[in-house]
Amino acid sequence: MLCQRCKKNQATVHLTDIVKNEKYEKHLCDQCAQEENITIKSHTPINELLASFVLQQSDAQELADLKCEQCGTTFVEFRNNGLLGCPNDYDVFEEALAPLLERAHGEGASHHVGKVPHGRTGETEKQQRELVRLRRQLNEAVEHENYEKAAEVRDQIKALED
Amino acid sequence: MSIDDLTKRAGEWLSGTGPMADIVISSRIRLARNVSGYPFLSKATDDQRAELQQTLRDHIDRLELPDTTFYVDIDDAGELDRRVLVERHLISRQHAEGEGSRGVAIGRGETFALMVNEEDHLRMQALRSGLQLDELWVEIGRIDDMLAARLDYAFHKRYGYLTACPTNIGTGIRVSVMLHLPGLRMTGEMERVVRAARDMRLAVRGLYGEGTEATGDFYQVSNQTTLGRTEEEIIDDFKHIVIPKIVDYEKQARHVLVREKAVALDDKIWRAYGLLTTARALSGDETLSLLSHLRMGIHLSRIDRVAMDTVNDLVVTTQPAHLQKIRGAALSGEERSAARAEFIRRRLTSDN
Repeated sequence: MLCQRCKKNQATVHLTDIVKNEKYEKHLCDQCAQEENITIKSHTPINELLASFVLQQSDAQELADLKCEQCGTTFVEFRNNGLLGCPNDYDVFEEALAPLLERAHGEGASHHVGKVPHGRTGETEKQQRELVRLRRQLNEAVEHENYEKAAEVRDQIKALED
Repeated sequence: MSIDDLTKRAGEWLSGTGPMADIVISSRIRLARNVSGYPFLSKATDDQRAELQQTLRDHIDRLELPDTTFYVDIDDAGELDRRVLVERHLISRQHAEGEGSRGVAIGRGETFALMVNEEDHLRMQALRSGLQLDELWVEIGRIDDMLAARLDYAFHKRYGYLTACPTNIGTGIRVSVMLHLPGLRMTGEMERVVRAARDMRLAVRGLYGEGTEATGDFYQVSNQTTLGRTEEEIIDDFKHIVIPKIVDYEKQARHVLVREKAVALDDKIWRAYGLLTTARALSGDETLSLLSHLRMGIHLSRIDRVAMDTVNDLVVTTQPAHLQKIRGAALSGEERSAARAEFIRRRLTSDN
């Protein structure tokens, strides 16, 4: 059977629709089915969706300039590889991320409603942010061969962890 | 226990048992977690990666897991060993091909695998044959709870479990079910299923997940959204709606084939058997496609001289890395085709 639309290629997509008790049949080739948005060429990974979405968003210069002070990740970096640098990025980039998350996870999906790790307190979040910051300081101190500072920061990390 | 021991048989998830096992090959639940106080891996230094691996490995060692585990340091493992683990679905391709300190703790029965330093600090997965999502959720949930009691996960009161890629936040859960759908493909209905799945925000992929084509009519269906719904809601969708529907469609398609195209169907099944038991060289793709026909033939009782679990087993053991492990030598593409044909011939003719 030939495609009803282009009348050139073999029809490979066959659809039957019932609208108000009237039966409609459609026989299309792959290409025409794609052009009519009935099928997609192949599955588009959600990462790609995100990437293209972030790209449009990042036209705003203030978004592009955003940077997490704790891990050093910039919004441009995130836009390019789709990965965040540390938990704090979710707060730093919140404004840009919120619409994107809703798009990726479905309308109304703006809050976690599932499982919560046992024994969580508000303090834990503050503490985890502080630890990421201190670990970065430690790396910088080691890089600059500032061992006195490094030892100091290491003690602070230990104290927080205990 | 070593990786060589694994290759001798297929894991539990390929045993062909469990609910709907004729069409549902296996189910898997994966949780993504990160340790608080550390950057995600793209920003972690080599030292931090090593420290994370050590910490997580120590914690895992001390858990009362449902099975004894062995740990594979992926960075140290040979290329072939890594590929064997991918072929057995114990680690992801990304984990095998990545860089830096990383590893995996594997339960001996291969019902769970805990990947350390994959895209997230921790990716824990449980696998089983057939549709057994509730059992998987209990198993992996318990491991998750035991770890949460020992360390702090990166968790946000609004966004839930935080992950390196925002597509996984919230529950961090990925439910995947591997299905064998030759009937839907042969009747041309697969397109419709893929479309319906997409509307439900599900991904349909090939045998080895992300970025792989569906060969031999084996498809993986998994959830794409992780935020805004509970783990149970996501699982229930699969259990009560998605999978029973697809299984039902597949059964109908097979029924139509038997009723309307019995000769063509039997011809396909018996040709597959004929080729598998006589061919002298078989490529990986051809093998999967022939095994797929044979598998459907067994399910429809059109052929009874091969057991279902033999076919399931061959789906994994005829993959390139497994073949080379079994042969104990590196093989070129041509040598693999010959070795594969010989291996299959032996397995199928010794079954009688």
